[in-house]
Amino acid sequence: MIEAIEKKDSYLSHFARLEERLAGNRQPWVHRIRKAAMAQFAELGFPTTRHEEWRFTNVAPLTKIPFQPVADDELDGVTAESLKQFTFGGLDCIRLVFVNGRFSGELSSIRPLHNGMKVKSFAAALDSDRERVEPYLARHAGYQDHAFVALNTAFVEDGAFVYVPPGKVVEHPLHLLFVSTSLDEPTVSHPRNLIVVGDNSQITIVESYVGLDGGLYFTNAVTEIIAAQNAVIDHCKLQQESGEAFHIAALAVHQDRGSNFTSHSISLGGAFVRNDVNARLDAEGVECTLNGLYIASGQQLVDNHTAIDHAKPHCSSHEVYKGVLDGKSKGVFNGKIIVRPDAQKTDAKQTNKNLLLSADAVIDTKPQLQIYADDVKCTHGATVGQLDKDAIFYLRSRGIGQEDARNMLTYAFANDILSRIKIDEVRTQLDAALLSWLPKGQEMKEALC
Amino acid sequence: MLEVKNLHAKVGDKEILAGIDLRVNAGEVHAIMGPNGSGKSTLAQILAGRETYEVTAGAVLYQGKDLLEISPEDRAREGIFMAFQYPVEIPGVGNKYFLRAAVNAIRKHRGIPALGIKEFLALVREKMRFLGIDEDLLNRSVNEGFSGGEKKRNEIFQMAVLDPKLAILDETDSGLDIDALKIVAGGVNALRNRDRAIIVVTHYQRLLNYIVPDYVHVLSKGRIVTSGDKGLALELEEKGYAEIEEQLVGSEV
Repeated sequence: MIEAIEKKDSYLSHFARLEERLAGNRQPWVHRIRKAAMAQFAELGFPTTRHEEWRFTNVAPLTKIPFQPVADDELDGVTAESLKQFTFGGLDCIRLVFVNGRFSGELSSIRPLHNGMKVKSFAAALDSDRERVEPYLARHAGYQDHAFVALNTAFVEDGAFVYVPPGKVVEHPLHLLFVSTSLDEPTVSHPRNLIVVGDNSQITIVESYVGLDGGLYFTNAVTEIIAAQNAVIDHCKLQQESGEAFHIAALAVHQDRGSNFTSHSISLGGAFVRNDVNARLDAEGVECTLNGLYIASGQQLVDNHTAIDHAKPHCSSHEVYKGVLDGKSKGVFNGKIIVRPDAQKTDAKQTNKNLLLSADAVIDTKPQLQIYADDVKCTHGATVGQLDKDAIFYLRSRGIGQEDARNMLTYAFANDILSRIKIDEVRTQLDAALLSWLPKGQEMKEALC
Repeated sequence: MLEVKNLHAKVGDKEILAGIDLRVNAGEVHAIMGPNGSGKSTLAQILAGRETYEVTAGAVLYQGKDLLEISPEDRAREGIFMAFQYPVEIPGVGNKYFLRAAVNAIRKHRGIPALGIKEFLALVREKMRFLGIDEDLLNRSVNEGFSGGEKKRNEIFQMAVLDPKLAILDETDSGLDIDALKIVAGGVNALRNRDRAIIVVTHYQRLLNYIVPDYVHVLSKGRIVTSGDKGLALELEEKGYAEIEEQLVGSEV
């Protein structure tokens, strides 16, 4: 108990220093939110495995490490060249690059935007776009119950602010690239993104969190996405953090009438990963699609918690999460679907499939359906298994070696999710990452061409 | 090419093969017939290398080598091909990719250079045309969404592409209508030559009207009880397995 308080304390003292640093700025409205969030964090403390939402995921390893906030000048020599492996070949896009949580104008490429669209660093937006930020900030990613969201909200400084006015189809995808480097001390960053998409507008967003050169760090990210009426948003969240990194992220989505939101969550890296996706379908005729792929080996832990709130009638949600677990890795999937009393004609489908490649890999999977309306269609299913023995034998009987056969089947299993990503260049880069994860995957890649 | 000597095999505690003796030479077509449960498919699967069955006695020599010591993929690379009775569906693995990987794995084993994508497509297109298979098949996943007949035709197509020395057809005729049967038989007959041996495992005589065998063996309760030429198959069709068995028991007395 005392230990837990001490760990909280280090964050509290960091906050005190942050307040000092920000004392001179003219944003009392932000300050109020920060203070409230910090107070909430102080009260909640870090979750333990006695908390239902953290039952299978013990954060003690994270709380034991004295992560320091990133010092101002830690851009650490990252160059455009070194980022090439993360920028999807020659994808023509609007790109914001953050190094260790700080916006880098030099590495970013924001073309002139004429259509009323705003894309800027969150820090800048807090200054210049209060009227656009304030209505949404911290309204959707609630920090009341979630300690890490509270922590992020308390320390909120930088990330991306994106505003798309009504009636705009944004031609180029938006890429938010968060790069972390290996620094002298373990560091923590709290990227915060706010994306507001107006009525009838469309945008494709890719959020990547990558580790450039290994290192021990903690990324505590929060993204809030607001989809106005009939907005269409295609969102990708890629996690390729370093092998020692801690990555905790919350995505909160609020959907208005007729909007269509699709998110692909691909998790490949990190030592300890927890993703929370919360979607609130807050009007009629909303569609929400959540696809996820998590691949882990060694001692990695990947925990995906999703919650889809059918607050209104006539909405549909479709969720497919697939996991590939090898070595002694551990996966957790918890898919919550809430159908409120008035949400008649809800159509919700949830599927979680897990492939265990080793005897020591573990998955805890739990659907949680809370259905309060009576005219609804809700299905859910979870499978945990190994590669199909008949399929392996079939391939071997044609001359394909056992290891190659296993690779082909594992690839096919995972590629099912990757193939749902619409941007070719993103899919290609992820495809290469998947192949390099598979033993002898490179050979397979050559055979594929 | 193939010598099966006193082969005994079981699955779990149940003995399925109770001493099979069989000799197959290059250029020959052998039919293996028998009632359900006689062990026909078991024999085929053991030859292909399926690990569910345990060989308890006997030996199998393929080109003079101990076949039971060889892995399934090496058996394929050495020229054995089995057309499955129930080909499994493999979603997400494309036919084009799978077949080319198989072709090249076998070529690599034989020390021949791998086929590039263009050469591969030229090779397969010709075979597809002959078997009346839609080119679109290459873009689909292995056997996914295929009807029974399409799956069987896909087996013969693979056989044509992989060019085996010993082909084993495990109830390839089951579930086929007469037209599909003719096409499949045509595919098999096109592969008959002096250097290749074919074993046709079948329950019904009908297939053997189209793939005319040199030898017919009747399997019963895990043993070959009688062998003959194609006339034996006709006799079986007329009299049925039960009567033939009775006759044999009678003659043994």
